[in-house]
Amino acid sequence: MRGMTKAGGTARWAAGAVAVAMILATASACTSSPSSSSAKPGTTSAASSAAPAGTLSGFPRADTLYTSGTAYAPPSNWNPFNLGNYATGTQGLVYEPLFLYDPIKNKYDPWLATSGTWSGDTYTIQVRNGVKWSDGTPLTGADVAYSINLAMTNKSDPYNSNVSTVTSATASGNTVTVRFGSSPGYAEWQDYLWKAPVVPQHIWSKLSAAQQITGANTNPVGTGPMLLDTYNPTEVAYKDNPGWWAISQLGLSFKFKYLVDVVNGSNNVELSALTAAQIDWSNNFLPGINELVSGLGGNAGYGIKTYYPSSPYMLSANTVWLEPNTAKAPMSNVNFRKALAYAINPAQIVSVDYSGITRAANPTGLLPNLSSFIDPSVVSKYGFSYNPALAKQYLAKSGYNGQAITLEVPDGWTDWMEATSIIAQDLAAIGIKISLIYPQDAARNADLTSGNYDLALDNNASLDSSPWSYFERVYNLPIQTQQTAQLNWERFSDPAAWKLVQEAGATPPTDTAQLDSIYSQLEADYLQQLPQIPLWYNGAWFQGNTQYWTDYAANGTSDENTPVMWGGYLGAMTTVYALAALIPAKPAA
Amino acid sequence: MGPAAPHLPGGAAGRGPVRQAREFVVRRYLIRKLTTYVLAFFVGATIDWGIPHLMPGNPVQLFLSKFDLEPGGYAALYKTMSEAFGTNLPLWDQYWHFWDGLVHGDLGVSIFDFPARVTTLIFNAIPYTLALLVPAIVLSYLAGNRLGAAAARRKALDNTLLPAGYIFQAIPYPWLALVLPYLLGEVWHVFPISGGYDETLLPAFSWTFISSLLYHWFLPFLTVFIVSLGGWAIGMRNLVIYELENDSSRYMRALGASERLVRRYAYRSASLPQLSGLALQLGVVVGGNIVTEIAFHYPGLGLLIYNAITDEDYFLLQGIFIFIIIGVLLANFVIDLVYISVDPRTRLSMQGAFS
Repeated sequence: MRGMTKAGGTARWAAGAVAVAMILATASACTSSPSSSSAKPGTTSAASSAAPAGTLSGFPRADTLYTSGTAYAPPSNWNPFNLGNYATGTQGLVYEPLFLYDPIKNKYDPWLATSGTWSGDTYTIQVRNGVKWSDGTPLTGADVAYSINLAMTNKSDPYNSNVSTVTSATASGNTVTVRFGSSPGYAEWQDYLWKAPVVPQHIWSKLSAAQQITGANTNPVGTGPMLLDTYNPTEVAYKDNPGWWAISQLGLSFKFKYLVDVVNGSNNVELSALTAAQIDWSNNFLPGINELVSGLGGNAGYGIKTYYPSSPYMLSANTVWLEPNTAKAPMSNVNFRKALAYAINPAQIVSVDYSGITRAANPTGLLPNLSSFIDPSVVSKYGFSYNPALAKQYLAKSGYNGQAITLEVPDGWTDWMEATSIIAQDLAAIGIKISLIYPQDAARNADLTSGNYDLALDNNASLDSSPWSYFERVYNLPIQTQQTAQLNWERFSDPAAWKLVQEAGATPPTDTAQLDSIYSQLEADYLQQLPQIPLWYNGAWFQGNTQYWTDYAANGTSDENTPVMWGGYLGAMTTVYALAALIPAKPAA
Repeated sequence: MGPAAPHLPGGAAGRGPVRQAREFVVRRYLIRKLTTYVLAFFVGATIDWGIPHLMPGNPVQLFLSKFDLEPGGYAALYKTMSEAFGTNLPLWDQYWHFWDGLVHGDLGVSIFDFPARVTTLIFNAIPYTLALLVPAIVLSYLAGNRLGAAAARRKALDNTLLPAGYIFQAIPYPWLALVLPYLLGEVWHVFPISGGYDETLLPAFSWTFISSLLYHWFLPFLTVFIVSLGGWAIGMRNLVIYELENDSSRYMRALGASERLVRRYAYRSASLPQLSGLALQLGVVVGGNIVTEIAFHYPGLGLLIYNAITDEDYFLLQGIFIFIIIGVLLANFVIDLVYISVDPRTRLSMQGAFS
């Protein structure tokens, strides 16, 4: 009979299932009586065996700053050279650079160095006196020289190419003399000064070459404002370093005793954690945050602050380009690229897709901090703006024959996916047929690297202190089969422009006339050729909840700093000032 | 947890020569099964290794894309990291290294959480997943079967429970995982909507921490429980009705058995297909529940799988799937063993095969 056969055939499964259920249930429940708490031993052992023992069972809320928006993986390493995924705060809270770059005032602040001066082919660094490593050893010029030498000799050091023109770095007391070959790479070296960490020679020199760069460094010894306290798979916690040099020398201090950075969840999780004041300082992209900040005339009641009280709300962090694959027709035709540029209305993307928390890009794509490098006469002569009629004229001369052009962005990047549908509409309006594709992040990276795409959105060039690295990304040659370094993904060949970029890199930063002239030429070339089409500036997302902490960095206050914990900001730009400016919302009782 | 193995009639062990013969049969049976499992593991592990390696994209490149490097530095670091992960080797060598590591219990180093060990990440996540899914599956199984059996004999219950069961079963899980947290978390503030425990606490063996774990565990548990409940209840109801109407039940009634006894046997027979469903679910439990764990940001294996896929973390993905393969094979093996001792028909068929 059918029924019996069925029951009999599955009996062997059925009987075993009971046993399996019991084994698994026991496995999860045997560790402690309520079955759910079995999660505990795993995490406890992780925290107690791997991490330095925490001093408390929890963090006192009024003394703790909770941050999020930076970490996407469980904290597992504090190696400042592992730029890909060191735990939040490794650079900035523990390790520090020689200078800080201030993108708002476009200047450098002396940090572990008190001064740095060029004299011919020699750069002299005065290392700050009275700085101690957190193990008590004083910081000396030898540590700085060691860090520079490490970058020169260890080819895997991520700053290796920044020191490619350095011939020697020697210390005498706290004076470090860095000698360069006949043609110093000024721009690369300038980046080294504010991006690279100074590491302790007495610890790093004992590590193997591979460990120096990729070791986990779970007991970090730095000069920075905080010490690693504890960590577990969901967060990393730091406590104040009472011996931090800037307390006495610069009068900076953190009013919170602990800083806990939480590994990111999804957007809705982060938004809810922020509004519930579980997170004080969020660097997440939270669509619609403007409603919480300025809704009901600023009285929405959430106590959420952003850098600007109204649009654009956020500082700008990088330029989003529409990137045409210029090795393929019709994208190889400049008229087609111009048609794209004139057909798209970035203002609509900013207002509809981002509800005003980003801003439309300058036609050169250079970020606002570099506006002094933008030549207004070049932009007014060659710049483009939204003009569908003109776009149609360019399209008619472009050799476009009505074929479908693909436009790809990574799946799950919802704001970009929304932007692509606006772009597709704009382009359809002038007669360009766009088919949108959303591959996985990795597959999309592979497509762009190998030049297997038509159009893509890309924002590889991040906030930097000079236009040099921006134009390096645009014009880098030679073009390889695999453009793995993420340079020149649009595969644009312009040897004259590339030569100008190299000249700019080799021009002393003091020779501003020469630099201005080079950058004007590059901007003119860029706008006439349009190797990429700059669309809008993504924000340096920041929103702070004022329930526990106030005085977040804001425009028009004495605290005009970068309130961003991301790698490349904390410990490179002015995040540390913004942290020191925070005060408790309620004075301690 | 879970029901005790049923003591079916006729389960007494054999005696004398019959027993020896049976042991021989059992041994032969086990050897055959074990060979199958070893073979299945080999094939499963090979596919497990192959799929991420044949995915488009390059994990080292993705990893280094977070570095923001100059081109010269990029080339050198690319070489170092490719060597560290072994991705510079020919595929055949990578495959050999995979097995070499596997037999030594080394699943390698994670890429997305470099330089954490894959085994550390997995062992940190497993307790959360087991604690979430095993109770949810087992409790929904027990409750669903009871409800379904009750519905099969009470008209009033049937008229209310059956539609409710269909609704629960038809609810798209992602929708439930949005609505429940919205109501119980955002609107009424009864339960937290994310995480494994309160972020202001540090993991410790204390009541504060354990209660925080329970508090964060409840909502994800509830969603999995609810969506599983309807399916079990409907399945059991239909099976019991079928069993009550079939010839064996009629025969029992004809022999004068009480209706209660008939129902008990019907329930037991109806349980078998349900149990097979339970076994299938528990077998893959180590895979975690990806949607639940993403929706609630619950730090189990499902969330880890998601991270591993998005970051092309070959080694983490391989490691987790090795655990899933082992879990499924182990579940099957245990079923095979239990089946010999529990189901009288199996033993009879084995004897029949021998004699």
